[in-house]
Amino acid sequence: MSNTARFVRSLFLLELFKGLSVTLRHMLFVRKVTLQYPEEKAPISPRFRGLHALRRYPNGEERCIACKLCEVVCPALAITIESEQRADGTRRTTRYDIDLTKCIFCGYCEESCPVDSIVETHIYEYHGEQRGDLMMTKEKLLAVGDKYEAQIAAARSQDARYR
Amino acid sequence: MTDLLNIEINGVRLQVKPGTMVIEAADDAGFVIPRFCYHKKLSIAANCRMCLVDVEKAAKPVPACATPVTEGMKVYTKSVKAIEAQKSVMEFLLINHPLDCPICDQGGECELQDIAMGFGKDASRFRETKRVVREKYLGPLISTDMTRCIHCTRCVRFGREIAGVMELGAPGRGEHMAIETYMESAVGSELSGNVIDLCPVGALTSKPYRYTGRPWENTAATAISPHDCVGSNLKVEVRRNQVMRVLPHENEAINEVWLADRDRYSYTGLHTADRLQQPMIKQGETWREVDWETALTYASEGMRRVIASHGAAQLGALSNPNATLEEFYLLQKLVRGLGSHNIDHRLRQLDFSDQAHAPVYPHLGQSIAALEELQAGLLIGAYPRKDQPLINHRLRKAAKRGAKISAVNTIDYDVNFTLTNTVVTHPFDMPLHLAAIAKVLAEQTGKTPPAAVQTLLAAAKVEELHRQIATQLTQAERSTVLIGTQALAQPNLAVLRNLANVIADLSNSSLGYLPEGANAAGAWLAGAVPHRTTAGRTVPAAGKSALQMLDTSCKALVLWNVEPEYDCADPATAMTALQAAEFVVALTPFVTDTMRGYADVILPISPFAETSGTFVNVEGRWQSFTASVKSLAESRPGWKVLRVLGNFFKLDGFEYLSSEEVRSEIDTLTVGIIPQTRSEVQAPSNTPQRPSLLRIGHVPIYAVDNLVRRAQPLQQSNDALQAMVAMNAHTADKLGVRHATQVRVSQAGQSVTLPLYIEASVADDCAVIPAGVVGSERLGTGYGSIDVKAV
Repeated sequence: MSNTARFVRSLFLLELFKGLSVTLRHMLFVRKVTLQYPEEKAPISPRFRGLHALRRYPNGEERCIACKLCEVVCPALAITIESEQRADGTRRTTRYDIDLTKCIFCGYCEESCPVDSIVETHIYEYHGEQRGDLMMTKEKLLAVGDKYEAQIAAARSQDARYR
Repeated sequence: MTDLLNIEINGVRLQVKPGTMVIEAADDAGFVIPRFCYHKKLSIAANCRMCLVDVEKAAKPVPACATPVTEGMKVYTKSVKAIEAQKSVMEFLLINHPLDCPICDQGGECELQDIAMGFGKDASRFRETKRVVREKYLGPLISTDMTRCIHCTRCVRFGREIAGVMELGAPGRGEHMAIETYMESAVGSELSGNVIDLCPVGALTSKPYRYTGRPWENTAATAISPHDCVGSNLKVEVRRNQVMRVLPHENEAINEVWLADRDRYSYTGLHTADRLQQPMIKQGETWREVDWETALTYASEGMRRVIASHGAAQLGALSNPNATLEEFYLLQKLVRGLGSHNIDHRLRQLDFSDQAHAPVYPHLGQSIAALEELQAGLLIGAYPRKDQPLINHRLRKAAKRGAKISAVNTIDYDVNFTLTNTVVTHPFDMPLHLAAIAKVLAEQTGKTPPAAVQTLLAAAKVEELHRQIATQLTQAERSTVLIGTQALAQPNLAVLRNLANVIADLSNSSLGYLPEGANAAGAWLAGAVPHRTTAGRTVPAAGKSALQMLDTSCKALVLWNVEPEYDCADPATAMTALQAAEFVVALTPFVTDTMRGYADVILPISPFAETSGTFVNVEGRWQSFTASVKSLAESRPGWKVLRVLGNFFKLDGFEYLSSEEVRSEIDTLTVGIIPQTRSEVQAPSNTPQRPSLLRIGHVPIYAVDNLVRRAQPLQQSNDALQAMVAMNAHTADKLGVRHATQVRVSQAGQSVTLPLYIEASVADDCAVIPAGVVGSERLGTGYGSIDVKAV
C-alpha cells in the first residue's frame, strides 16, 4: 500500500468506521444470544452430564448390583464402592461414594453401568458450603435419583435409539 | 537325547518327550491354547473340547489335551480350521451360560470371560430357553451358582484324585447333567477350597468373600501360612488396608498349587470384635486403656519387681508355636537376658524327659516333595490329613503310586488313602506295638537293637501285623518313619521317640517329625526351649518347660499369643497357675474375658498378615514374609514390642531397626546347622501309670490357634468339633454309659457334662475329648485319667 493511501485512510478514520459498522449491525439487526441467567437457561442435550444419581426400578428396588465397573473405569478415581451379600442373597452396595471434587464428569460411569443405575442428570446448579458437601453418598445419590426419575427416564428414552 | 520326538507347532520345531500331550508341549513353548477342563494337576478328561487344534493329516480337529505327540506331528493352533472349531465350541459353551457377569464373583478373573473375549461371538444365536440348575448347599466355605457351570468336571476330578473324597459328582446326562453332591451335604474335605481356584467359571466361589470385592481392586502380597509346619505359600489379597481373601501361591516344592482350607479361610478371624486395639493395664479391678509407653513401663516394672523379690528363676515365658523366628529369638533373648531360662513353645507337650536328646529342631527327615517318592512309611500317632493337610496330600500321592503306608494310632482316623496296616491301640500300648515291629526288624535284618530298648523288645508280642509292617519298611528302598503331632503330645513321647529311632535305624528308613504349629522348627532354632539357646546350644542349667512353669507356678509369666484354656496341655493347671502368678503379661492380638481375669498387662501384637518375619518349615526352609497390611489401631508387630521391651530393661543388643536385621543375626548364629532327626536311643525313664480310662485330647483341625478359632466360616464347617466324648462300645459298656447321650466327665477336680458318641474308631479304655474347643477348656491334661459317668 502506498504511503498516500495509508495517509488518507488514517485521516478519515476509515478503519474505525468499518469496525463500528459491525457493532451497529449487531445492535440493530442481529438476534441477541445472551441469556439472562438465572432467569433464562440454555437448552441442554439429553446426553448432558451433570450431577450423578442412582436410579431405582419402578418397584422401588435399587438398580445397582455392585458390579464395580464404574469404580474401575473412573479415570479420576472418584468412586468408592463397598459391597456385600444382602440378607435376600442379592449383591448390593453398602457404600457408594462419589467425590464430586474429584469427578471430571466424563460420563464413563454411566457408560459402563450394565443396569443403567448410575446416571448423570441434567442438574448443574449445586454447590457445597462445607467440606464433605460434595461427597455424594449412596443415600444422597438415591435421593437425587428418586427426585428426578421422570427427567432421567425421559432423557434416557430420547437417547435410546443411539445406544 | 535320541528318544525325543520332533514336532512342529505353528511352524516352530520342537523336541518333546514321548507321551507329552500337545497342550503341554504348546504351553512349554508359549503357544496359548484355550482350555477349560484341562488342568496340569488333574487327570485328562477332554470333555470341554475348547482346546481343539488342527493337526496335519488329521481329518478333524483334535483336543490338544488328550492327544499325545507323535514323531513328525505338525500342529496348528491358529489355523482357520482350529479357530473355527474353537469358536464353535465357545458358542456351544455359552448357550447355557447366564449373562450375569456383573454380579458374578468370578468376573474379572474368569477363564470363560477371558476366552469368550477371544473366541466368542458378540451375540447369541440361541433362541430357546436357557438351562437353570437348582442351587446345592456345599457348606460354609463354598458358594454355588450351578447355572454357570460348564461341566468341565475339574471339581469332580479334584475330589476323586486330590482330596480323596467322592463328594462331588455329575449325575444326569446332557441337558440334565449337573455337578452336585450325591447327598445334600457340606463338602467335608480339608482341601475343599481349592475347587474355587479350579473352577474356570463362577459356579464355585468363596462364600466368605462372596460379593465383597473384585479381583482387579486387590493387590496381592505374598505370605506364609501361619497354621501348620508345611509353610504353604500364600497370596494375601489386600484392598484399602484390609485382607480380602487368601489364595495359594504356587510353589512346587511345598504346596504345589493347593492350599488347605485352614490357611485359606483363617483370615476371616482377623477382624473380630475382640481384637485388641490399645495396650491395657489392670489397676485394682478395672482395666484402663493406656499408651504403649505407660504399658511397657508398667510391664517392665512389674517383671522387675518379681525378679527382685523372688529371683529371675520365677520369670517364665510361654509362646504359641506360630510365632515368627524373630519373635522367638527376641523373646528368648529377653528372658535369658533377665537371667531366666524358662521359655517354651511346646504348650501341648507332656513328656519332656528326653528333651536333652532331641534333634536340633523337629525336621521331616526329607523334603516335603520327597514324601511322594516314598515306597513305605510308618505313621506314629499322626493324623496328617487334618493336622498337616498338604503333607497328607504328598503321602496320599505316594500311596496311590503303591507306597505301603501303615499307622500306629490311638484312633482309627478317617484317612483318605489306603493304609496298608493300621494298629489302633491305647496310647500307653503304642510302645508295645512299636517294640514288636522293632523286634521283627531286628530278626529280619540281623542287626542288634540298642541295649537301652532290649527289655522293651523282649516284652513285645509279635503278631502278623507287626511282621507285615516291618517287612514293608525293610523291602522298600525309600521308607520313612514319621512321628506325628498326636504322638508329640502324648505323655510317653520319650519311649515312642526312642522306638521310632530304633525302627528307623533297623529298617534303614528316614525319621521325621510332624510338629504342631507353623514354626516349631524356628522355635527350636531360635532357642525358645528351656534347655537350649539359639542354634541348639545347650544351656548349663535347663529352665522350666511349659508344663513345669505352670505346674510350679512361676511368679511372673509372659504369654506370647497364648490362650492357656485352649492352647495348653493342661488348661486346669494353667489357669490355676495364672491366677496364682503375681504378674502376668499377655501379648496377644485378641483379648478375652478369661485373659482380663488373670493378666496384669495386655499388649496388642499384630497377628498373621500384619507382621513381618520368618517361618522355618518342617523341611528346614526359611521363608520370610512382610506385613501385608498395616497393624490395626495401636497393635504393633511382635518383634518391635520385644525390641522396645528389651530397651526398657536396658538389655544389650536390642537395637534392631527391622525384622530382617534380627533374621540376619539368627542367620549368622545358626550357620552350618544340619537337620538331623536321629537321636541317641535312651532307656525310657518315665512310664506313665495306666488309668482305667484315659482321655485322648486330640486337637481338631480348626482349634489349633486363636486365629483359626475365630474364623467363623471354619467354625461352621463339619471339621470344627464341639466338646464331646467319643469312645467305643466296649469301653462304654464297661462304664455303663452305652445308651447315655450325655455324660458327666470329671478330670482334675473339674467336671462338665458333654454329649457322648459311640465310635468304633477309638481304642479300648480311651475316651476322645477334643482339646482346644469350647466346653473342654476347664478340663485337665490332654492325656490324663478321666472319669465318665452317666448323667
